[in-house]
Amino acid sequence: MKIIFWGTRGSLPAPLNGRAVRRKLVNALVKASGKDLGTPEKAEAFCDEELGFAERGTFGGNTSCVQVETVGPDYLICDLGSGAREFSLSALGRHGPGAPQTYHVLVSHVHWDHIMGFPFFVPAFIPGNRIVIYSCHPKFEQAIRAQNHEPCFPVEFTALAAKIEFVTLMPGVAYDIAGTRVTGMAQLHGGESFGYRIEQDGKTAIYTTDAEYKPDDKAQMSRTVAFFRDADLVIFDSMYSLAESISVKEDWGHSSNIMGVELCQMAGAKKLCLFHHEPVNDDDRIASVLAETLRFEEITRTGAPLEICAAYDGLALEF
Amino acid sequence: MSFDEVRFGGAVVVKADQRIDLSNADAFRDALTAAVAGAASAVIVDMSSADYISSAGLRALTIANRAAKAAGKVVVVAALTPLVAEIFTISRFNLVFSTFATVREALEGASPDGLGQFDAA
Repeated sequence: MKIIFWGTRGSLPAPLNGRAVRRKLVNALVKASGKDLGTPEKAEAFCDEELGFAERGTFGGNTSCVQVETVGPDYLICDLGSGAREFSLSALGRHGPGAPQTYHVLVSHVHWDHIMGFPFFVPAFIPGNRIVIYSCHPKFEQAIRAQNHEPCFPVEFTALAAKIEFVTLMPGVAYDIAGTRVTGMAQLHGGESFGYRIEQDGKTAIYTTDAEYKPDDKAQMSRTVAFFRDADLVIFDSMYSLAESISVKEDWGHSSNIMGVELCQMAGAKKLCLFHHEPVNDDDRIASVLAETLRFEEITRTGAPLEICAAYDGLALEF
Repeated sequence: MSFDEVRFGGAVVVKADQRIDLSNADAFRDALTAAVAGAASAVIVDMSSADYISSAGLRALTIANRAAKAAGKVVVVAALTPLVAEIFTISRFNLVFSTFATVREALEGASPDGLGQFDAA
């Protein structure tokens, strides 16, 4: 199974600004002082070997869009955040606008950061393309149609040239979509949200974003552990610290790195991917949270180690 | 399930178990909230025997803390073992609770009227 992340931020796009770029440059130049970096190859090697991820790159700023590579020709993505635009450009770049494709989209919920990319989803403008949008959410069709509407967007939904279908899913029911088996689960989030268990060729990925898990709700914890059971990858909303998510930001509908580790440990999942990064967190902060999460797993481990990573725009995970 | 508690002046010291997780977090919460109700000024959570606390245990502390604030009292934490201190830091609970190296220091900080009794004990 291969998962490609096109957007990993929550709430709002968070592009890297000039100040942040300059800070990275200055840091790298200081570290490079006295070294022979006279060729692109030597400079690349220096970046890869002597700079940490946050120093040489960025977690990115697009909002939620995650691709599940399918075994067939169709595409499958989770959510239509601003990252959906880059995904769509990449797909068009592979096939060209003259080769129609079918795009399947699982939508977790309709808060703006999860659907804002659709008006810029380029295949929607091209005749011959087919876009099938699935969700357990009761208002997903209404919300997506409403985006492409005056005064907020100049291209009306009805003017889009692709064939666009909406398919309502029922939570707890398994569906065959683009060669994968998809099951939805209701999550705790304002206005409802839904996570998806995606199974393909004996591998399982869980897409659970915009979900709050209350640690003292044994019934919810038990349902969630069953949903995550033995997953190869859990893409998990870790927007807040545990302290924030169960005190001052309780009922804001998000979760934490600590909760992600605990749920994955209980479920026997193999890998946790921290996702839906808080937009005010810069690259250093996200890297620091990842390091702390790795340490937390280490000190609380009772069984097999849980692998942990932090999602970034452009990350590809294969398992 | 019960948690040991001792009263020193206006403070109640509640001793946490070796492990606080989903299996005993409810009982921990109940013990802490009862201690808040019974204390005149402060609840000191003695963590000297705890080598693990889960999110459910930290949630129990949060609930007790809310009850304390509503009643004009405080909940503080004492004698964190090194691993639990790390958990507090990683979870950011170190920003929520005042922590002290020992129960005596916690009494000194939160309820000094109990020091005499503590030293005599």
